[in-house]
Amino acid sequence: MVNKENEKDKFLAPENKVHIVIGPEGEEITVDPLKDYFCEAFPKVHEPKNRIVENFINWARAESLWVLGFGTGCGSIEIPPLLSPRYDAFRFGVAMRATPRQSSVIIISGYLSVKTLKRVIRSYEQMQNPKFVVALGSCTINGGMYWDSYNTINRLDHYMPVDVYVAGCMPRPEALLAGFESLKKRIKEGRAEGANEYATNFKWYKANQKKIIKDWNMPDYNW
Amino acid sequence: MDYVNKIFFVLLGLFIVLNWGLIMSGLIRKIIARIGNRIGIRIYQPYINLIKNYFTRSQISHGVMYYLGPVFRLSGGVGIFLFLPLIYGSEYWSNFSFTGDLILVSYFMFFGMLGMALGAGEGGHPYSTIGISRGLAQFTAIEVPMILAVISIAIQYQTLSITEIVAAQQGGILNWTLFTNPLATIAAMLSFLGAMGHSPFNVVMAPQENPVGPPTEYHGTFLGVLQTNRAILHVVEAIFFMNLFFGGATNWFELILKTFLIYFWSVFVGVVFPRYRVDQSISWLIKIPLVIGVLAIIFIM
Amino acid sequence: MKKIVENIKTRFKVSDVIHQRENMTFVTTGKESAIPLITWLRDYEGFSHFILLSTVDWNEDGFFQLTYLLNNPVKKVDLGIRTFILRKNAEMTSAHHLWEQVATYQREIKEMFGINFPGSPRVDESFLLEGWDDVPPMRREFDTKEYSEKTFFPRPGRESNDPATYMKSKLYPNEEK
Repeated sequence: MVNKENEKDKFLAPENKVHIVIGPEGEEITVDPLKDYFCEAFPKVHEPKNRIVENFINWARAESLWVLGFGTGCGSIEIPPLLSPRYDAFRFGVAMRATPRQSSVIIISGYLSVKTLKRVIRSYEQMQNPKFVVALGSCTINGGMYWDSYNTINRLDHYMPVDVYVAGCMPRPEALLAGFESLKKRIKEGRAEGANEYATNFKWYKANQKKIIKDWNMPDYNW
Repeated sequence: MDYVNKIFFVLLGLFIVLNWGLIMSGLIRKIIARIGNRIGIRIYQPYINLIKNYFTRSQISHGVMYYLGPVFRLSGGVGIFLFLPLIYGSEYWSNFSFTGDLILVSYFMFFGMLGMALGAGEGGHPYSTIGISRGLAQFTAIEVPMILAVISIAIQYQTLSITEIVAAQQGGILNWTLFTNPLATIAAMLSFLGAMGHSPFNVVMAPQENPVGPPTEYHGTFLGVLQTNRAILHVVEAIFFMNLFFGGATNWFELILKTFLIYFWSVFVGVVFPRYRVDQSISWLIKIPLVIGVLAIIFIM
Repeated sequence: MKKIVENIKTRFKVSDVIHQRENMTFVTTGKESAIPLITWLRDYEGFSHFILLSTVDWNEDGFFQLTYLLNNPVKKVDLGIRTFILRKNAEMTSAHHLWEQVATYQREIKEMFGINFPGSPRVDESFLLEGWDDVPPMRREFDTKEYSEKTFFPRPGRESNDPATYMKSKLYPNEEK
């Protein structure tokens, strides 16, 4: 029993261990951060509304895509040209936002090392319910150029539900715009329910993620 | 007029102002894009953003104060609207203006920002208080020249009622406060640049600077309320300035034209200049507009 | 350059002098005299700029080879000092007191190869790999392809081609092999 606990705690950060805090009046409080500071609730499935209303709302969601400004890999160099006057993604309703709370699309551009995957999961789980994932580049499809590396993942859809893959190494901005177009079509058809899929298959995704991220110093679901 | 009619026209006026605010912001962004040789967003894009934000399926709340932040902000915007006479000479569109509404409207301008700062402090972000204190400090520095200009006008026209100020400016362009009291106009228009949230004073709210600004944690319906308020606030502040300095409006067409041009002044400066840091902006605001405002009061006396 | 090597030879035991280019030379020295040699080069011969510290894994012979590359900005020459240390319980004296950036190189080598540099600041912290508890990955006995297939889920149906034969068959399809 003691050995198993030691194994579980091998990579635990020192601030997340059980420790004693001195209160304002000098009393000692035992704090267990993994239970006290982190919320332990799991995500739930939000059903779409009835057909006509949901069609209208999906049209609005498709025409106003707010992308999280998080460049995860070498593909993120293809995103600033999209916002330049030549390709102009603003006329399609695409805007970059800085916080995951306000954005609805996350673009995984390129390979994901294990270190980046931990941060991407943290950002993805902070996004609110209708959220979409666009995977750029071949590294997200089958590992691409880094298929035999000890530090990069091979298949993105085992770690988070993906809506659109854009193949290429790197795809040109026109290809990325075509990817946005097919994402819009998918949203308007009502098939882009990635957040609900994540909530239903939560245990499977979490097991895959925890298999490779060994120092899991975060709550199970980052609200 | 009986109260039911009055309330109906107030709500209708609010609806018109809200729509005009959303269309105006889309139009302005289209113009900025064309300046940068892009095609730009669609003019009705702010509506789509609002609809998308109001219908997010899940939301995070951090407590009562966090919930009340956007409520305060919206009440600030609607509060300005309620006491502002829109069209001079029309009994329908004068809202609830009375003698002394000049002070009340100036109060409501600051109230919204303060309420949202209290709400954003509860946002769960450890450094949000830094962003809020920066924003409030800058906004205080913006308000001072504006209030000095307002006091100067009150002394000039010997009244605290906006309707009477508009009445004193009728009868030709040369009667506008722009020409009878140019110093006050200059001080107020310089501080108007800051109140509209464009460059060079938008370090607090710009989307690129977002992570330590007050609206960082707001999303979904909260952000929808904040965006609604922003649309209303821009138009009513421009109407306030129009009534005080540019002769008021006698029909809706003149109101739309004048508010567009007044708002365009801030955009016009904004696309050319980069952002100031907060300490630079406060030191600039205390040097030039404040001095002009004080001179405006001295010369009126 | 030859004069510098002559000066070195009178004071330290070096072997295997290779003049690779006109302004680049490699010398090999023993494990105990590597750091004194580098200190002497920095203080007396003007090699004040440290370029990099790199490692080669001679798996079959049982050695790690460390290469310290130094640069003399006045004379514009590069000098590489090679030392060999044993693979078992690999340890080397730290050189972080000479230049501060050597500590970062040593941290990376500790994580990737497993060579310990006792005394170097922050040498035990993870550099790139968080939560790594396997064999240090740059060693030759670590099979990265097999590790990748075991841990990350490879997508079936992936094909790989050797670029030379593939391009040859595409560009010259009628040529005899």
